[in-house]
Amino acid sequence: MPQLDFGNPLMIAQIVWLLIIFGVLYFVLSTYALPRVEEVLEDRRRRIEGDLEAAQAAKAEADAAIAAHREATSKARAEAQAAIAAAMQSAQAEATQRSEALAARLAEQITAAEARIAAARDSAMGALRQVSTETTEALLQRLTGQSDQAAVGAAVDRALAARGLG
Amino acid sequence: MAAETGTIDALSQFQLTPVLGPIGAAVGFSQSNAHMLLAAGLITALIMFGMSARAVVPGRLQSLAESSYEFVQGLVVGQVGEEGKRFFPFVFTLFMFVLFGNMLGLLPYAFTYTSHIAVTFGLAAIVFVLITVVALALHGRKFFGYFFPEGAPLWLAPIIIPVEIVSYLSRPVSLSIRLFANMVAGHVMLKVFATFIVLLGGLGAIGPLVAILPLSVNIALVGFEVLVAFLQAYVFAILTSIYLHDAVHLH
Repeated sequence: MPQLDFGNPLMIAQIVWLLIIFGVLYFVLSTYALPRVEEVLEDRRRRIEGDLEAAQAAKAEADAAIAAHREATSKARAEAQAAIAAAMQSAQAEATQRSEALAARLAEQITAAEARIAAARDSAMGALRQVSTETTEALLQRLTGQSDQAAVGAAVDRALAARGLG
Repeated sequence: MAAETGTIDALSQFQLTPVLGPIGAAVGFSQSNAHMLLAAGLITALIMFGMSARAVVPGRLQSLAESSYEFVQGLVVGQVGEEGKRFFPFVFTLFMFVLFGNMLGLLPYAFTYTSHIAVTFGLAAIVFVLITVVALALHGRKFFGYFFPEGAPLWLAPIIIPVEIVSYLSRPVSLSIRLFANMVAGHVMLKVFATFIVLLGGLGAIGPLVAILPLSVNIALVGFEVLVAFLQAYVFAILTSIYLHDAVHLH
């Protein structure tokens, strides 16, 4: 087995070269190469963290905006409802007022009309007695040639009272 | 060589030969060391070129460099804890050096320097010296209490202390032999079956048909060896991390 041939001078030289090459490789890697990798990885980590933070900040901002928007919407809705309620109330009040005024006017007209009717009836009733008396007197004049004014008046009054018109 | 002589020669692939002409021969620079240099160059190139873009969204080479970095870092931090971060460059170098040695060795005509017990023991010795120095530097004389766990009955000391010392001293041995044996076994198997292909292929008309059998075995073996190459590098790195944990925390 050539590996166990320790008498070979190349064997010692191989170990010496191994130590030299390994040492140089260790020096190069630890001094130049590995810090470079570390730097890049660290840079990436920082960048990702920064991006995540920015995203979180943006999310918080968006949340705040949504909350503000929601608040504004609910406020506007409340205002609108209040305005609607006020308008309805005022409209109702106006309508009530109007209908009351109308009813009052109608009642007034009714009263006036009733008064006029009563007056017309009274005057008609007054005229009725005169017309009846005159008609009765004229009939009696034609039929009998005489008339007793007082008796006729009493008879007419009686007849009117009997009909409930006197 | 093996096929021409009709014998199976699975071990000559581990023979060291000087490269770079007379200069290489003068300084004992073998093909094994040339592959170490190649592996070191590839590792450095992977990190330096891979990270040269410094892109936030990594390309292919950069993701490879980054994932190897994070893999080893997760391994070290997971085993040793946060204070293990200062050993990370060492474990990373060790892991990549072993991994690239194992992987490069699977390429045709390549030499596997991790198949040399001297190399694996050299690496294990570095680990052993490091963990011992770290433990002594951090804990001073208390480090020797490691060999006699607190609370154990005193009369057991004559048994426990030698056992603990032997197990501590056998760490570099087991670490190096595990890697060495795995790599040698894999490469010997590959060579043996590859020789079968050539030998059987020469058996007249039926030869090429029969030779398919060792060929398919070899194809499966190469896939298996890739797994072993990664796994042994991982085992080497994680055992180093466990030893470092013991050195830092003393149990």
